[in-house]
Amino acid sequence: MRKVFACALFLLLATWMTTARSDLVISKVDRRIDLTSHIVRVLSTLKVENAGRVVVSEILLAIPNMQAKNLANLKAFYNEGKGKGSAINLPVAEVHPEGMPRELSFYSISLHEGLEKGKSLTVNVLSIFTHSLQPFPEEISQSDVQLVVYQDSAYYVSPYEVKSQSLNVLLPGGRVESYTKHPSGKLVDSEIKYGPYEKLPPFSYSPIVLHFENNNPFVVAQELVREIEVSHWGSIQITEHYNLAHKGATNKGGFSRLDYQSRSYMGGRSSLRQLIARLPPRAHSIYYRDDIGNISTSHLWGDSRKTQLEIEPRFPIFGGWRTSFTIGYSLPLQDFLFVSEGNRFLNITFGCPMDEVVIDDLIVKVVLPEGSKEVSVSVPFHTKQWHETKYSHLDIIGRPVVALEKNNVVPEHNTYFQVHYKFNNLSLLWEPLMLISGFLLLFVACIAYMHADLSISKSSASYIAKLQWDEVQATVQQVQNVIRRCLSAHEKLETSLQDLSRTGDVHSCKATRKIADGLLKELSKELKPLMGFLQSSPQAAQIWPKVEELVAKEKEMQEKLMQKHVAVVDCFEKKYSGREIENRVAPYQQKLSALKQEVDDLLDYIDEI
Amino acid sequence: MGAKAGSSPPVVPPPASSATSFFPSINGLKLKTKQQELLIRVSILALVYVLAFAIRLFSVLRYESMIHEFDPYFNYRTTLFLTEKGFYEFWNWFDFESWYPLGRIIGGTLYPGLMVTAALIYWTLRFLRFAVHIREVCVLTAPFFASNTTIVAYFFGKEIWDSGAGLVAAALIAICPGYISRSVAGSYDNEGVAIFALLLTFYLFVKAVNTGSLAWALASAFGYFYMVSAWGGYVFIINLVPLYVLVLLVTGRYSMRLYIAYNCMYVLGMLLAMQIRFVGFQHVQSGEHMAAMGVFFLLQVFYFLDWVKFTLNDPKLFYSFLRIALTCAISVGSLALGVGMATGYISPWTGRFYSLLDPTYAKDHIPIIASVSEHQPTAWSSFMFDFHILLFLFPAGLYFCFKRLSDATIFIVMYGLTSMYFAGVMVRLILVAAPAVCLISSIAVSATLKNLTMLIRAKNNATPMGSSKGTASLKASAKLIFMHFQASSFDQPLPYQRNVAIALLLGAFYLLSRYAIHCTWVTSEAYSSPSIVLAARGAHGGRVIFDDYREAYFWLRKNTPADAKIMSWWDYGYQITAMGNRTVIVDNNTWNNTHIATVGRAMSSYEDEAYDIMKSLDVDYVLVVFGGVTGYSSDDINKFLWMVRIGGGVFSVIKEPEYLVNGEYRVDKGAAPKMLNCLMYKLCYYRFGEVTTEYGKPPGYDRARGVEIGNKDVKLEYLEEAFTTSNWIIRIYKVKPPKNRW
Repeated sequence: MRKVFACALFLLLATWMTTARSDLVISKVDRRIDLTSHIVRVLSTLKVENAGRVVVSEILLAIPNMQAKNLANLKAFYNEGKGKGSAINLPVAEVHPEGMPRELSFYSISLHEGLEKGKSLTVNVLSIFTHSLQPFPEEISQSDVQLVVYQDSAYYVSPYEVKSQSLNVLLPGGRVESYTKHPSGKLVDSEIKYGPYEKLPPFSYSPIVLHFENNNPFVVAQELVREIEVSHWGSIQITEHYNLAHKGATNKGGFSRLDYQSRSYMGGRSSLRQLIARLPPRAHSIYYRDDIGNISTSHLWGDSRKTQLEIEPRFPIFGGWRTSFTIGYSLPLQDFLFVSEGNRFLNITFGCPMDEVVIDDLIVKVVLPEGSKEVSVSVPFHTKQWHETKYSHLDIIGRPVVALEKNNVVPEHNTYFQVHYKFNNLSLLWEPLMLISGFLLLFVACIAYMHADLSISKSSASYIAKLQWDEVQATVQQVQNVIRRCLSAHEKLETSLQDLSRTGDVHSCKATRKIADGLLKELSKELKPLMGFLQSSPQAAQIWPKVEELVAKEKEMQEKLMQKHVAVVDCFEKKYSGREIENRVAPYQQKLSALKQEVDDLLDYIDEI
Repeated sequence: MGAKAGSSPPVVPPPASSATSFFPSINGLKLKTKQQELLIRVSILALVYVLAFAIRLFSVLRYESMIHEFDPYFNYRTTLFLTEKGFYEFWNWFDFESWYPLGRIIGGTLYPGLMVTAALIYWTLRFLRFAVHIREVCVLTAPFFASNTTIVAYFFGKEIWDSGAGLVAAALIAICPGYISRSVAGSYDNEGVAIFALLLTFYLFVKAVNTGSLAWALASAFGYFYMVSAWGGYVFIINLVPLYVLVLLVTGRYSMRLYIAYNCMYVLGMLLAMQIRFVGFQHVQSGEHMAAMGVFFLLQVFYFLDWVKFTLNDPKLFYSFLRIALTCAISVGSLALGVGMATGYISPWTGRFYSLLDPTYAKDHIPIIASVSEHQPTAWSSFMFDFHILLFLFPAGLYFCFKRLSDATIFIVMYGLTSMYFAGVMVRLILVAAPAVCLISSIAVSATLKNLTMLIRAKNNATPMGSSKGTASLKASAKLIFMHFQASSFDQPLPYQRNVAIALLLGAFYLLSRYAIHCTWVTSEAYSSPSIVLAARGAHGGRVIFDDYREAYFWLRKNTPADAKIMSWWDYGYQITAMGNRTVIVDNNTWNNTHIATVGRAMSSYEDEAYDIMKSLDVDYVLVVFGGVTGYSSDDINKFLWMVRIGGGVFSVIKEPEYLVNGEYRVDKGAAPKMLNCLMYKLCYYRFGEVTTEYGKPPGYDRARGVEIGNKDVKLEYLEEAFTTSNWIIRIYKVKPPKNRW
C-alpha cells in the first residue's frame, strides 16, 4: 500500500520535472538522518550554485506533505568563513509557489545577500520531525523489544537538479529488522548509507523503508501548561502541568511487577522509568506532585551552572500508558527580569526543561504582577497569543496574564523569549497595606463593640438593674479602697511604734499619730456618702451587711490601735521596761490581730462578689 | 506576696489631696488589676488556641498536606463537588460511581455539616481574596475546630466550676490524645467538627439551665442542629439531655429554668433537625429518640401538677389527684408507645444502638459492624494511651463535683459517666468521652492547685507585716483553711505544712508536664500517620516511604477506561472513587449488606464461580491489598475471614469452617484446600511463589504472616495481572472478556 503510493508520487513528480526552475543547481547534498531518539532530526548540507543569469535571493526547499505535517522545526544557517565559523541563521518561510506539485510543501530560505551568477553557497538545513517513527508491531508484550518503521526518500527531494548526493541514517543500535536495499543501501554498524548518487533531475524520489529496534520511551506531553508568575518581591515561580503519554508500541497482556523488578533485560525495556529536568541555576522551592498529592520519588542536585531534577513517575510508563504531574520551582528574579528605558522585560526560556520530550500542545502563561501595563511579547517563532486575568492572593483587579500557545514543540524550541511591561514599584505596597488596614479595621470593630451599648431596650428592668449593679460595684470598690487606705494608715502607726522602740523618739511618734488620726478622720468622712448610697440602693441589699460589718470592724480596729499606740507612747514616756510594755500591750495586740484577720477576710469576700 | 503587694497603694498619700482628684486614680489602679487578670486569661487562652492547632500539624510536617484514612476521602470528594457545583447540585447528587449498579443518593445519605462548613470557610477565604485550595481548607478544618473546642471548653469549665478550671480544661483538651486521634490535620472527618458541636450544645444547654434564659436555650437548639447536621453521634445528646432532666426531676431539682431550657431546646432542636434529609422524621419515629419525647411530656405533666398543687392548696386532695394523674399519664404514654411500636410507626432500635448497650450484640448479629477495628471494645492500654493522667484525675474530679453539687456539676458528672461507659464499649467513642474527662479532670486539677496555693499564700500573710492581699484571686471559699490558719497564728504554726503544700504543688506540675510530654509523643508517633502513605525505617536508619496506595489509585485514574468498574473489599471504596476516580462496587458507606456480601462471596469462591459473579456485576478490574512482601499486616488476607463471615451471613454456600483447619486460619501448606484455591488467595499470591522476600528464607515467604505460602503455583484463567505496585501492596487484575464460543 505504502509502496504503491510512493510509486504514484514518483511518477507524478517525473511529469513535473520539466517545469522546474533551473536557475539554481545543487552541486552537493549530504544528508544525515538521526533516528536514535523518537524525534527525527534531518541535517542536510546543500551546496547551491547559481547557474542562471540573474541574482537569486531565495532557495526553495521541498518536503513531502506526509512528512511536512509532522515538521516541528525548520532551521537554515550557513557558516561564516571557512571551517567552523559562527553560524548565521537564515529566515525560512512557508511558500506556495505556482505550478509546483501539490504533494510537496515548499519553504523558502531568504538570503541576506543575493547569490550572484556563478557563485556558490553552502547552506545547512536542519529539519525536525515528530511522530514519524511508527511502532510496528503496534502492540507488544512487556518483554518484547519495540520495533519501529521509518519512511523517507533515498534521493533528496528538491525542485533543483542535484549533481551529487549521499544519505546517512543513524540508528539507535540493536536489531535492524529490514531496510530498503535498492538503490545501493548499505548497513554499517548502526548506520545505513545510501548513495552517492550523481546527476539526478529535480523531484527525484525513491522511497526507502527502515524497520529497526528503538527502545527509547516515546515520551509525548499531550498537553503542557507552564505558568510563569513574576513577583516583584524577588522571585519567579514556575509551575508546569504535564500530561504525559508513551506513544510507542502499546503494552498488551498486562504488567508483571516480578518481571519488571527482577528481570530487567526483559521487563519493559522501552518503558519510561525516569525523566530529567534541567532547571536554571539557583532554582529553589522545587516540588513534584500530582492531583492526589506529593510524589516522593525524585532527586535533586545542582551546582552553580545548573540544577538537575530527576523525577520518577509513580509507576513505570509503558506504551499506551499515561500519567500526569506537576512540577514547580522558584527562580531568583534578578536572573531573568531586566529594566530598559523604564520598561521591564522578562527574559526566560519557552519550552520544557526535559530532554527528548515532544509536546503536542504547549501553553505558556506569563502572570505579571497586579498593576502591570502595556504588556507585549516577542517570541522567535509563531505562536497563538491571548490575554487573561488571574486572581491570586489579595488581588482586587487581578493579574494580567499573557498566554502563548504552540503545537508540536521539540527541545529545539527551548529558546528565550521576552515579555515587556510597565510596572510602578509603589504598587508593591498595595497588598501589605490592604492587609494592615484589614487588621486595623478588625481591631477597631472590636474596640467599638466593647464600648458600645448594644442592649435593645434601655428601659427594661434588667437593663436598669444592671446599670444599678454597676454603680453599686463601683461604690463598693471605693469603699474597699478607703478601707485599704485606712489599713495602710494603721501600718504607718505600727511602724512608728517600731521606730519608737528603736530610737525612743516620742515626739515624732506623737506627730505621726496626729497625722494618721487626721487622715483616718478624713477617710471616715469620705466613707459616709458611700455608705449612705449603699444603704439606700436596693441592688446592694445582698452585699450591704458585709460592707457594714467591714466598716464597723475597721472602726473598732482603729480604736484599738489608737489605744495601743497611746499606751505604748505612755509607757515610753514613763520609761517602763520592755517586758512591762509587752504585758500592757498584749491584750490589744491579740484583739488587733484577730480584727485584722476578720477585716482581711471580709475584704476578700467582698472582692469575690 | 509581701506587705507591699502590687496593687495596694504603697504609701499613704499626703492628706492634703482632695477627695475628688483622688478617687479616679485609685479606680484606675483597681481596674488595672482586673485588666491584668483578663489579659493573662486571654493570653493563656490564645496560647492554648494556637497550641491546639499547632500540635495537630505533625502529620503535615512529617508527610504532606493530605487527606488521611478512608472516610475523609469521601468527605473530601463531596466537598469538592459542593464547591464546584453549588449547594443544590450537591443536595440532589446521585452518585453513579459507587455501589455499582445501585448508585447512591449522596444528598440524602450523608451528614452535610462538615462539607458545608468547609465550603463556607473556603468561600469566605476566597471572598477575602485568599487564593487557597479546597484541599488545604479540608486538611485544616479539624485542627481549626479543635482550637475552637478549647474555647468552648474554657467557657464550659467556667460555667460548671470557675474560670481557673475553665483554663485548665482548655489546656487539657487542647492536647488530649483521645481527641487528637480524630482531629489531626488531614483527618477530615465528621468527628472533627462534631466534638466541637457536641461540647457547644452541652455548654449552651447548661448555660440555659443555669440562667433559665430563652436566648441560651435557643442557642443550644442551634448548637444541636449543627451537631445533627454533622454527625450521627447526635443521638448521644438527644438521650443524655433527657436523662439529665430526669435525674434533676428525681433529685428534686426541678425548676422553672430547667423547664424553659429543655422545652425550648427540645422543640426547636427537633424541628431544626428534621431539616436534615438523612435524619428526617426520626425524631418522632425512631425508638432511639423516644426518651427525649417521653421526658418532654413528663415535664409538662410535672408543670401541670405543680400548678394544680398551687391552686388546690390542700395536700390531701392533691395527693389523690396526683395518683390519678400519674396513672393516667403513664398509661397513656405507654399505650401510645405500644401502638406506635406495633403499627411500625416507631421503628425499633438500630443495630448500632443495640451494640452500644450490649457490647456482645454486634459480634453475634452484625458482622459488618464487628469487622471494623474501631468498633471493638476498648482495651485498658488504649485508655491509658489516650487519657494518661486524666484517668486518675477523673475520679478525683468526680469527688469535687459531688462535694459542690449543682445543676451544672450534675450534668458534667452524668456526661462523664455515660460517655466513659460508651468509651469502654467502642474504641472510637473514647473521642466522645475525651471532653468530659478533660473537664472533670480540670476541676480536680484546678481545685487542688487552688487549695495548695492558698495554703502557701495564707502562710505568708501570717507575718505581722502583712496588711492586705492585693490580688483579687484569693478566694474566700477556703474558709476551712482560714480557720486552720487562724488557729495556727496563735499557736506555733505547723512547721512542715507549707513544705508539704509546695511538694504537692511540684508533684502536680510534674504530673501535668508528664501529661504534656506524653501527649506530644503520642501525637507525633501514633496519630499523625495518614495511613495512606506508610513509613518505615530502612536498613540504614533512613526513612523509607511506601506510597503504594496512591501509586495504584493513580494508575487506575490514568490507565483504565473512564467507566471501568473496580471490585475490591469495601474498605478501599472511598479511596478508589476519590483518588482513582473510578466506579466501585462497594464502599465504606456500608448501607447495603447484601451487596457487600456478594463481593465477599466472590472473593471467597473458586475462580470460575467468582468469574460468574464478577460478570454479573460488570466488574472490569479487581483490586486486592497484599502485605506479604513488606510485612504490612492490615491487608486483605488478614481481613479475609470477615469477607467469608459477611458473605456467609447472606449466602449459605459460603461456610466459614471450610476455610479453617481445626478452627485455625492458615495460609501455608496446612491450609484448607478451599482457602488455597479461593479467588482472594490466588490474587494475593499470584506469582508470589517466585519471589524471595527475605534473605535466608525460601521463595514465597509471606512476611506479614511469617510463613511460606501453601500454593506457590497459582494459575489464573479468567483474570490477568494488570498492575502491581512497587512494594506489591496493591495488586490489580483485569477481568478477561468472555471467551469466544468457537
